[in-house]
Amino acid sequence: MNALYLCLLLPLIGTLLLALVGHWPRAGWINTLLCMATFIAALQLAFNIFEQGPMLSPGKLFYIDAFNVYLILLNAFVGLTTSIFSGPYMAHEVKIGRVDDGRMRLYHAMYQGFLFTMLLALSTNNLGILWVSIEGATLATVLLVSLYRTPESIEAGWKYFILCGVGIAQALFGTVLIYFAAERILPGSDDTLLWSVLHEHAGQLEPAVLTIAFAFLLVGYGTKVGLVPLHNWLPDAHSEGPTPMSAILSGLLLNIALYAVVRFKMIVDPALGNHLAGQMMMGFGLLSFSVASLLLHHQRDVKRMFAYSSIEHMGLMTFAFGIGGPLATFGALLHMIVHSLTKSSIFVTVGHAAHVAGTQSIAGIRGLIKTQPVVGWCLLIATVAIAGFPPFGVFTSEFLLFTATIKSWPWLVIPLLSGLVIAFTGLFRHIQPMVFGEPPAGQVAVPANMWPVILHLLLVLLLGISIPGVLVDWLNQATIMVVGRGVL
Amino acid sequence: MGIEALSLSEQLILTLAALILFTSFLLLAQTRMVSLIHTFAWQGALLFAATVLMATSSGRHHLFISAGLTLALKVFFIPWQLRRLVVRLDIRREVETVGGASLIMIGAGALTLFSYYVVLPIRELSLLSTRNTIAISLAIILIGMLMIITRRKAVAQVIGFMSMENGLFFAAVVSTYGMPMVVELGVAFDVLVAAILFGIFFFQIRSGIGSLNVDHLNRLTEVDK
Repeated sequence: MNALYLCLLLPLIGTLLLALVGHWPRAGWINTLLCMATFIAALQLAFNIFEQGPMLSPGKLFYIDAFNVYLILLNAFVGLTTSIFSGPYMAHEVKIGRVDDGRMRLYHAMYQGFLFTMLLALSTNNLGILWVSIEGATLATVLLVSLYRTPESIEAGWKYFILCGVGIAQALFGTVLIYFAAERILPGSDDTLLWSVLHEHAGQLEPAVLTIAFAFLLVGYGTKVGLVPLHNWLPDAHSEGPTPMSAILSGLLLNIALYAVVRFKMIVDPALGNHLAGQMMMGFGLLSFSVASLLLHHQRDVKRMFAYSSIEHMGLMTFAFGIGGPLATFGALLHMIVHSLTKSSIFVTVGHAAHVAGTQSIAGIRGLIKTQPVVGWCLLIATVAIAGFPPFGVFTSEFLLFTATIKSWPWLVIPLLSGLVIAFTGLFRHIQPMVFGEPPAGQVAVPANMWPVILHLLLVLLLGISIPGVLVDWLNQATIMVVGRGVL
Repeated sequence: MGIEALSLSEQLILTLAALILFTSFLLLAQTRMVSLIHTFAWQGALLFAATVLMATSSGRHHLFISAGLTLALKVFFIPWQLRRLVVRLDIRREVETVGGASLIMIGAGALTLFSYYVVLPIRELSLLSTRNTIAISLAIILIGMLMIITRRKAVAQVIGFMSMENGLFFAAVVSTYGMPMVVELGVAFDVLVAAILFGIFFFQIRSGIGSLNVDHLNRLTEVDK
């Protein structure tokens, strides 16, 4: 448990510290060191859970099991690698005069604050605190989206704020309804909103209330997952905010909102005794997946394009959790990891590419492979990985999902496959000239640290070729937690 | 079961619920900025009264803390801050024409009916007063959303957003005797931070596009032209 408290305290201290000194030339280093310490604490926590099984903190406020510990580790890891990229990247932004000292302080403080709220959301046992921390993550990122103060970024920030604020208010209403139902079976106790308690008594909760509550929760947290038709904020926020933030938004925050939905599904399913929650998720997931893969084609901004790719993958995961068999759930859990790793590495690479070309527009980025081979190759390989080619991990998880779909809903494979093909053509249509085209005269390489990207891609490759036994065991335990049966 | 069968405090709660819903309708139709802020403060005051009433009648004393938070945040701090911003941005005299006001009112009425329809199947709500309060809080939330959709000025949208929060708070206090304390504190903190952020945003929007009309925020589109 101490490892967990350390995990939460470090980013919190980091927020306060960097609010004071975030404009120092060395602030990027401090940020990285803090993330490094958080990551070590998360590793220790994962090791403890691996040895002892699920843990409930003495005050019952935190609950760690196989399902959230791997996400905590993933969060800390991606937070660390993104911070390694963020230091030099933001220094470059300061150099070209896009941000000043005050905003650098804000940026670094909010980076740590964002990590803190996400780790709190993952580790808490109290469904109310879960809502508070996801709302906190929204508030932390709102200021990051409008960091550059251009009219576009202010618009993106406002949209993000209003849309996610309204969405997440729906989720709070759903939480109140769950609490209302729980009050009826556990009157007057203080543990009524604890997930572990609710999960234990899920069978006794009233179905009618929980149906309405889940509808609100899915719409609410679904807004944050980026599900169509409430996805408008996502491409805007990704394209207008600083690139390191795009990487952690796509890689982590969307996952956490989905995690919240799945946690609620685990309570709602036994109470309803039918497949209603899963079917809602399947519908929204498939819709998001299809719409996003079509919209990929029409983008002119490279970060917007990859934001749509994120919506597509989140839709796929929502769909998979909705199917709800052990195989589909295992695939979705694996997909969470590989999508996070690949997507954050893509955004890091795109950030460097945008610095090379001096623009984010797809038409303006040309000939990366000639100007700066390492960026060009990384972008190409990462795109191949995210499009779901073997031998990368995304292929493995999508393959598992397809297998599960063929078993339970064979006809749905057709829209899934066509969606993947459409998305793949959309990605490559744009990436091809960016990587292989003729570089404009006078384009020079920028200092770039590509180690985080290479590390991420190697991990995704490893997950595609042979998943370590420890991880399989974890994911299997998490699958047992979510749907009651494992795959092994 | 008629209204006269309820205890006096329950009857009072229902009256307050009706009044809070009424203020939601008022917010929807109010065109002048300053009056809008005052109406919002009145809604907060009614909410405060309902919370105090719940605390005394149910004997749950942590509700007094919630009531104090409501009073401090929703009756004083947020309206005061909004008012100060409106004065500083010099839009006090600003009148916003709400297009199709009567239609919007009918829509809000329909949303209220819809809220009652949604809570109809819940068996647990056989008690008359709880069914009413859940339905009314849902109606307040939906009307807040309607306000965000129909208004064009950023300040009005923010007030719609905050009145949604009022509806949520009302649901938590009146139908479930308040959430656990730690949650309520967290929610209050989030609302506070959101209010401050909105203030920062007003200035950013103003300096970015020259007015507070969000219709000018139209540079980013789904499909690039």
